[in-house]
Amino acid sequence: MSQTKKEMLVDPLVDNNPITLQVLGICSALAVTSSLQVSFVMALAVTFVTSFSSFFISCLRNQIPGSIRIIVQMVIIASLVILVDQVLKAYAFEISKTLSVFVGLIITNCIVMGRAEAFAMKNPPVASFIDGMGNGMGYGLILLLVGFIRELFGAGSLFGITILETVNNGGWYVPNGMLLLPPSAFFIIGLIIWAFRTWKPNQVEEREYKIQQVEAH
Amino acid sequence: MSDTQSPEPKGAIAKFLAASPDSVGKTIFVAVAVCLVASMVVSAAAVSLRPVQEANALKDKQVNVLQVAGVYEPGVDVSEAFAAFEPHVLELSTGQFVDDQFDATTFDDIAAASDPDLSIALDNDPAGIGRQSKYRVIYLLRDDSGELDKVILPLHGYGLWSTLFGFIALENNGNDIFGLQFYQHGETPGLGAEVDNPRWRALWNGKKLRDDEGELQITVAKSQPAAGPDFYVDALAGATLTSVGVDNLVRFWMGDAGYAPFLAKLQAGEI
Repeated sequence: MSQTKKEMLVDPLVDNNPITLQVLGICSALAVTSSLQVSFVMALAVTFVTSFSSFFISCLRNQIPGSIRIIVQMVIIASLVILVDQVLKAYAFEISKTLSVFVGLIITNCIVMGRAEAFAMKNPPVASFIDGMGNGMGYGLILLLVGFIRELFGAGSLFGITILETVNNGGWYVPNGMLLLPPSAFFIIGLIIWAFRTWKPNQVEEREYKIQQVEAH
Repeated sequence: MSDTQSPEPKGAIAKFLAASPDSVGKTIFVAVAVCLVASMVVSAAAVSLRPVQEANALKDKQVNVLQVAGVYEPGVDVSEAFAAFEPHVLELSTGQFVDDQFDATTFDDIAAASDPDLSIALDNDPAGIGRQSKYRVIYLLRDDSGELDKVILPLHGYGLWSTLFGFIALENNGNDIFGLQFYQHGETPGLGAEVDNPRWRALWNGKKLRDDEGELQITVAKSQPAAGPDFYVDALAGATLTSVGVDNLVRFWMGDAGYAPFLAKLQAGEI
């Protein structure tokens, strides 16, 4: 095995982050990050699903027929997502109402399918579990970063606790309403990708074409 | 982990496990087995968590009654605040309370709509509900001196994808709207689901149901009708069918097949 278990867990946080490097899972990252609490629950849910789906798929990997492997993966992932959805409805009703369809849409999150197909089908269960957890946490890290910026500057609070007293409540801070709208997450994720690639230049993709340089004589 | 298999597996199970996963028999077996296990896990979770979920849904409904009546504040004890509301079972056709026949705290008027004895099939069904319960649970809110302050009436109807369930709160004159709110629906997030948007809900406050002649005039429309701004709520942009659905269901429930007999009694001071 080329990677140690620690690398598997830590690598997807920054060096191989599913959102900033692979640009997967953007849809839900835009939709659920308007408050930190919701981002946190979504991050937990995705981490749970990626780790356990990778684990179970890896357990079955030698028995899954190639012709129906995607559908078998989907059944396992979908069952775990329904499980998460049911638990949220029972114990975090308000948050599950805010997350609405996005819990169900974890099924279609490319990160989950991607790890199942690319890693869990070829590696043993424990390694797959750690890989899934690492990728879920990489996704969650970006969600929390975006949620932090959006809630702090969009609503003046963090986890619902007021940090910057807004003008509407008699304070001084004029909240930036655009940050509560989905497009702002696009800008923030773009800026995070820029920051990551400046910090780690080896993440910069090679250009598909080059402008030809001609030496002037 | 070693994937090497012993050259001659012993026993039927070992032979089966060692067989190529791509054979037809194994493909079918794996598909069935995975589906069976997955469905058992999912249904076990759904069944075991249902009581907690139903308690949540009930509490959410109560929160919505509080919200539509404008008495909800975050952190308030929901069941305590909800106790201030006086539930009654209302017979729609007569506008009379029938609390002696049913227990208003437990009567389920949504379930009653599918009970042939308690409901009628609608011929004229603009709200798209199919069958209508003859009885509904309504809530009266009284002020400190015991005077009737607001009435909270449940209503539901079909939008674009789903049936919207909600409450309308009317002032004690039975004509001025205090608020309208849906507690359950499956409309498109960002478009039809904007019925939950506080700014849109605020549009309902202060509107009137009927004009001076007693004609039902309230409408959700793209432009203001001739009846004037008191009877008009601006439709949601990008959600024409949800808006039409809300228009239909409000007009249906406020009309003669809905609460009109009760509201007439209310205005006559008989409640």
